Parts: sequence; structure tokens; C-alpha cells
Amino acid sequence: MNTLRALFRHRRALFGFATLMVFALVALVGPWLVGDPAAQVARPLSPPSWSHWLGTTGQGQDVLAQTVAGARTSLVIGFTVGLAQVTIGALVGTTAAYVGGLFDDACTLVINVFLIMPGLPLMVIVAAYLPTGSVTIALVLVATGWAWSARVIRAQALSLRDKDFVLAARIGGERPLRIVAFEIVPNMTSLLTSAFIGATIYAIGAEVALEFLGLGDVSHVTWGTNLYWASNDSALLTGAWWTFVPTGACVALVGFALAMINTAIDEVGNPRLRAEPAYDAALARAGLRPGLSTPVLRREVR
Amino acid sequence: MTYLLRRLVFYLLAAWASVTLAFVIPRLMPGDPEATMFARFHGKLDPEAMTALRRTFGFSDEPMWRQYLDYLGHVATGDLGTSVSYFPARVGDVIATGMIWTLFLAGLAVVLSYALGTLAGILAAWRRGRWLDAVGPPLLVLLGAFPFFWLAMLLLFLFGYTLGWTPVRHAHDSQVSPGWTLGFAWSVISHAALPAITIVVATAGSWMLDMRNTMIGILGEDYITMAHAKGLAPRRVMFRYAARNALLPSVTSFGMALGFVLSGSLLTEIVFSYPGQGYLLIQAVRSLDYPLIQGLFLTITLAVLAANFLVDVVYVWLDPRARSRGAP
Amino acid sequence: MTMMESDQLLRVEDLRVEYLTEAGRVRVVDDVSFNLRRGEILGLAGESGSGKTTIALAILRLLKPPAVITGGSVVFEGRDLLSLGEVELRRLRGRKIALVTQSAMNALNPVLSIGEQLADAIREHERVGRRSALERARRLLDLVDIDPDRVRSYPHELSGGMRQRVVIAMAMALSPSLVLMDEPTTALDVAVQREILARIARLRQERDFSILFISHDLSILLELCTRIGVLYAGRLVEAAPARRLLGSPQHPYTGGLIRCFPHADEAPGPRPRLVGIPGAPPDPRDPPPGCRFHPRCGQRLPACQRSAPALTTVATDHEVACHLTRS
Repeated sequence: MNTLRALFRHRRALFGFATLMVFALVALVGPWLVGDPAAQVARPLSPPSWSHWLGTTGQGQDVLAQTVAGARTSLVIGFTVGLAQVTIGALVGTTAAYVGGLFDDACTLVINVFLIMPGLPLMVIVAAYLPTGSVTIALVLVATGWAWSARVIRAQALSLRDKDFVLAARIGGERPLRIVAFEIVPNMTSLLTSAFIGATIYAIGAEVALEFLGLGDVSHVTWGTNLYWASNDSALLTGAWWTFVPTGACVALVGFALAMINTAIDEVGNPRLRAEPAYDAALARAGLRPGLSTPVLRREVR
Repeated sequence: MTYLLRRLVFYLLAAWASVTLAFVIPRLMPGDPEATMFARFHGKLDPEAMTALRRTFGFSDEPMWRQYLDYLGHVATGDLGTSVSYFPARVGDVIATGMIWTLFLAGLAVVLSYALGTLAGILAAWRRGRWLDAVGPPLLVLLGAFPFFWLAMLLLFLFGYTLGWTPVRHAHDSQVSPGWTLGFAWSVISHAALPAITIVVATAGSWMLDMRNTMIGILGEDYITMAHAKGLAPRRVMFRYAARNALLPSVTSFGMALGFVLSGSLLTEIVFSYPGQGYLLIQAVRSLDYPLIQGLFLTITLAVLAANFLVDVVYVWLDPRARSRGAP
Repeated sequence: MTMMESDQLLRVEDLRVEYLTEAGRVRVVDDVSFNLRRGEILGLAGESGSGKTTIALAILRLLKPPAVITGGSVVFEGRDLLSLGEVELRRLRGRKIALVTQSAMNALNPVLSIGEQLADAIREHERVGRRSALERARRLLDLVDIDPDRVRSYPHELSGGMRQRVVIAMAMALSPSLVLMDEPTTALDVAVQREILARIARLRQERDFSILFISHDLSILLELCTRIGVLYAGRLVEAAPARRLLGSPQHPYTGGLIRCFPHADEAPGPRPRLVGIPGAPPDPRDPPPGCRFHPRCGQRLPACQRSAPALTTVATDHEVACHLTRS
């Protein structure tokens, strides 16, 4: 709870939360406010104007409508995949750490193999054999990304396993599953949150990349397919920047907001990462610059 | 077992796992992958060649283990079959042409990005709260949040199409014949500049943050206080005592992130129509050239494993403890 | 008096160190004064959190943010270290004042050989080549009974005791006139501890330098030091020659510390029960008013809660800050 309160006082975290809320709202109600994203509404590739704020695509569709509609699918896929990755990561990570021994060695090996395989070619080879669509994309992303969460969660679970309260529960004869669920997992909330955020950033980026390659269902409107069509319709060649800039900016803004929340979580959990504002301010008032040697502030500065 | 030997065993295991994965995936998928895989060769190949190609991927009426052994044998001898989209070229030859460009572009950009990002991280941690530390991390995180290929599109649009400062596609001018000439070298460099800058811009931030946070931890160590107490010059403490130690975890995460960064650089190649592995990959996907997809997956994975082994060698060189004890 | 002054190597006066945190200022060293004469081993005793390490690092101006020195002076060989600039401080560190830190485990850079680390210190201050610096490193190792060929070893290849001796050798490298030793033997087992202490005592006889020896273990200080200062919660509560401190401690806290350990020269027979000091040192963010020791003191007076006692001389070279001795 204290962590949460500290987070809400953190400027960057607040920025992140606010941005995410805006996007959530857009994804939730936006599609009703804009027209049908698939309908041809104007001359193809017309630049931004009063009637079409963000211009039209190569098919004459409204870019704003497409961007808003894409937000819904992309965010749903992103957060679902993030959640699934962390769930699997937590299951594998905590069990491996708790059981230990050969089982842990085997799990670590599998995790490391998945970590070291380059994501994109692996995703491409899996996606190429599956029917196209959002479900395929989501499955592929979970299959190729869970190892990142599993690795960090296992490391933390390993250090928690030998803590007094876990040992006490063990000696008290608690069932292993109960210990993992009630003693270990609740003590990793900040790690789980940051793993979830990391997985979501990865999922949104990778989803957009896969669909950009044409591995998604190109008849669906998502941020990835928007970019796929922009590239297919030679947006660069024709100078139609408005067909790809809004979508990319949205992806980046969501990723940035999530990353800001994550650095805030890091800083709240590890205060050393933060600068010392009170110290810096006192030095500035005294007209000193922070150096390598301990500063001497003789006058009482208030 | 020494550290490097243990790592080598791990990479061999990982290599085996990915080769096996490439064998299992088509067989696990719903429908008839064999049919989809080879449907496109119909009319192109005579029945005899078709059978040979099938055998390359182990598809035959023989029992599964036999198919698997066949397949392993072919992969081990470098026989990756025939490409559909570049028919009748062998997959191995197609990949070889792309490999050079990818190694050049990705290798250059990744090393440059790591060096710049790490240096910035060292400086940011050393001067806590000063401008580089205040502005650098959030700005680079923002840049890192953009999809690689989108950043590539934006830069290409601005500098390639709108301003006309850089070439917009390919690895070199088609009018300049390849060779050890100044003209060709310039053509190659000017074509690689923008894609390389894209990769650097997109990835330098994560190296910087990584290094900064590790450095801050290291700066709290006793040996840093001792180094200052010896009266060493700040620069010496910063590099020889702090950064030298912070580099160890950083090098490890560099190895782990290689696969991810390479994926991004493949996408960048696609935007710039740069004739590397990424460009081949999209060609393969568009024409459903399964043999080529599979071959690319294998070679890229093996290249990443090899690069990781190189990283381990560097690690051992940097950390005397890994030399004697074995654990990183 | 003039003779006294020329005899003085280090004079710390009203030193005050504060941490400037978000939650407010925390005073960890509160107007501490003491002096150290040439050739002397001055001990500083205190529990963890009493400010003893902070004092050592403040002398070298090596405290990290958010620590700030907010008052006093540190006069070393006639110069106030608190008014020196970065470059002057750097020339002083290692060459005039050396530091031996708390845990030898972490005091050495794990990725450099000990020879390189010794040579670094030498080459920073003197114009010597790599080769001759390494040759001097070998001699320094010999000085602390380590095989000179160990210059090529890395810290992880040495035992804890050896590492601590390397750190001591490093402090000796430039023949400083003052060595600050911060718990140099704490992490080591008793046998190694003895050996290191004997080594320090011998080195001090062979080479002419003074020591500020910091420890939580009063028994070590009583054995090694000429004079001892006792710190409690950032304040100096008593300072006296070692023998006198043991014989007639004036501050209740010092008395408690001395009763805490068994004396070696004690008559055989049933040992008296170890009498500890009840309670725990105060939170530096919220120290008690008046004498900081009063909540734990068995002999407290009403005045102890109201005003902090000043350090007063009770005998030659013996100062105490306690209301009991006033009356």
C-alpha cells in the first residue's frame, strides 16, 4: 500500500497512469464516436483536413477512425498477452525456485533456451504455419515471451524461498502450493507488476511488428495492420506521412507511459536510483555544485 | 568444467533445441503442413526433385524418428533445401547473400549503440542529477518506445524522401560495381547510415539505463570509496574502478538482448529494402516460402548463439572471477 | 601551549555532519571535537550508528550524498581540510592521509590485480613508471607478510586476512602521516584479528605515522590505543588516555561498555555476569532531548532530560560530557 501511495506521488508514474487512462478511454468509447474505420469515406490519401482530421488511407478510409479502432484491438491483445506471459512466468518461475534441484535446473535450461532464441524469426516461423488472426498472434507472443518473466520471477522467488517467514511456514507443515500462493507471491507484487508492464510493452511492440509483416489478419483494423497498409500503399513514396505517423505515435506513447510507470516502480523500490532532491536544492541555494568531495555548508541554510 | 566450456554446452543444447523446434513446429500445426509447404513447388519441380526436397525436411512415410534423423543429417551438412521465391536457388545460397549485409549493418549498429549507450550511462551515473542524467533517460526511453520499423519509416520519410539526404533503398548503388573501391565503399556507407542510425537511436536508451542503474549500485561499493581515498583522479575512478565493474552485468544483458535487437534490425532492413536477412524474411513470408523461412530461423538463431558465445569470451576476459571459479 | 600545538597532527573541532533527506535533516555527527598528536594511536569507540565511520570519512571529505558537513573545522598539519578544493584534497588523500576501510571483502576492486591496485595509488602521486610501481607493490606486500609474487593475484584469490593486509599495505604505500582505520579487523576471525593488530602495531614502530583507530570493540582499543574517545549517538561523551578510561570511566555509557566485556587480566574463578546496557541507541532522525543517553541511563538526573551536558575536563587529558560529573 505504501508503494502504491509513493507511486501516486511520483511525477513520472502519474504521467504514465494519466496517459494510459486516456488510451483506455479512447479504446473503450472511442470506436462509437468515430465512423466505421473500414468504410471508404473520401478520396484515397487525402491529407489532414477539417472533415478528416488525420487524413485518409490509400483505401480512402479515415485515419483517425482507424487509429481509434486500432487502439481497442491492440491494447486488448497487449494487456492480455502481458497478463498471460506473467502468469506463465510466475507459475514456472516460482515452482522451479520452490522445488529446486534437478527440476529447477531443467526449468532454467528451458527458460534460457527460450530467452536466447531471437524472438522475431521464432514468431514468424510459428505464425507462418498457423491460420492468421488475433488469436494466433496472441498465442505466438505468449509462447515466445514468457521466458523473460519466468527468469526474473524465478530469481526473486529463489531469494524469498530461504527467508524466515517461508521457512517457518514450511516447518509448520503448510502445503507447498499454499506457501507459494500465500507466502511467496504476495511478496513479489512490485516485481510482478513491473514484469507485467514489461511484458505488455513487449507484446504491443511485437504484435505491431508481426502484423506489419503481414502475419496478422490484414482485414482487421489494428495498429499493426494500419502500418502494414501504410507501407503497402507506398505511404513513404507518396509522402502520405499521416497514414503512419498517428499510429506509431500512439504505440510509442503507450509504451512510454508504461515504461515511465516501470521506472517509477524501480525507483520507489530502490531509492538509490533516485537523485537527492533535498540535497541538490540545499547545495544550489548555497551556490555549490555537487562534486566528488563532501560539500561544506557552514551557514545554516533553511 | 570451466565457465566457457559450460556455456558452450549450453549453446549446443540451445542449437539442438531450435533445430528440433523447426522440425516439430510444422508437424504440430493443424492441417496438413506438408501440403501447404510443398504446394507452391507444384509445377516447378519434377516428382523426383519433390521427393528430395521432402526428405530434406524429413517428410516421408518413414517412422518419425527416422524422419527426424534424416532432417538432422541434412541440417548438419548445411542442406536447407530449395527456395520457392528464389527458385531454383538453394536456401543456403540465398541466405548467404543476405547474411553479409545483416552482419555488416546489425553488427555495426549494435556495437555502436552499445558503446554510445553505455558511455552515456556511465556519465549519467557519475554526474547524478545533472543534465545528462535528468534529460537522457526519459528521452531515450521515449525513443525506445517507438516501434523500430516505425522509427525507420519516419527517418526514411524525413531524410530520405523529403530532404533527400540519404538513399532510400538497397545496400549500395546499383550503378557502382562491387569491389574494393572508394566509390563502392562510400555507396555502402551512405546506404547503411540511416538504417544504422535508426537502430542506434532505438536501442541506445536501454543500454544507457541499464548501465546507469548498475553504475549507481557500484558507486556505493567500498572499493570506490577506497579508490577515492587513494587520491585517484576522478576519471580513473570512474572508468577503471566503477565502469569496469558495472560493465560485467551489462555485458551479460547485452548478450541476452542480442536476439531482441537483431529482431528489430531485421524489421529496419525491411523498411529500407536492405538486402539482409530481414528483407529475405519478409520475401519468404509474402510468398510463403517455407524452406526459406525455416532456413532463416535456423541461421539467425545460430548466429545469435555464436554472438552470445563471443560475448561470453569477452566476459571471461573482463572478469577474473569467471576465469577461475566459473560462475558469472 | 605552542609546543602542544606543533605536536598536534589533526585537530577536529565542533565537526557537524548532516544528511539532507526528503524527510528533513538528520544530524549524525554533532559538534564532535578531538585532537590527535603525532605518533599517537587515537581510538574512537561506539556502537554502529554512533557516527564513528562518518567522522573518518568526513575527515577525508569522502561522505556521499546526501551527507553534508555543516560546521566545524578539521585542521590537518595546519590546514583546514574543510576549506580545501577538489584538487588539493586529492593530493592529500592516500599521500598524507590514508584509509583502511571496514570490510576488506569489498575494499578491493574485484577486476584488478592487487599489484595494479597498489601501483595505481603510487603512480597517481609520484612520477614513476609502471614497472617500478609494481616493484614497490611487491615490497609493500612483503611488508605485510604476503608473498610478493601475489601482486598478480586478484582479490577473490586471497583469504579475508590477506585482503585486509593488502588494504593495510595500500595505506602504507605513500608513507602517510595519518592512517584512518575503520574497523580493520571486524570481519575476521579472532586468530587473524590478533595477527593483523600485531602487524599494525609493528608497522607503526617501524614507520612513523599516527592512527585514528575506529572500532565498536572497546577491548581492542584499550589494548592498542594511547587515548580513546567514546561516541554515543553522534556525540563525543568521554575522552581519556586508555589506561585511565579503563580504570576510572566517568560517563555511565563508558562504564556500561567496559562492564560489557570480560577482562583478560581477571582473576580466575566464577566470572561476574556480563552487564549490558539496557535499551537501544536512539533513532538519529528523532534523538531524545538533553543528554542523548538519558533514556538508557541508570543514573539520570532531572537535568539530563532538559539540557545536553558540555564536554568538560575532569582531569589532565580526560574530558567527559555528563551532568553527574558537573556536580
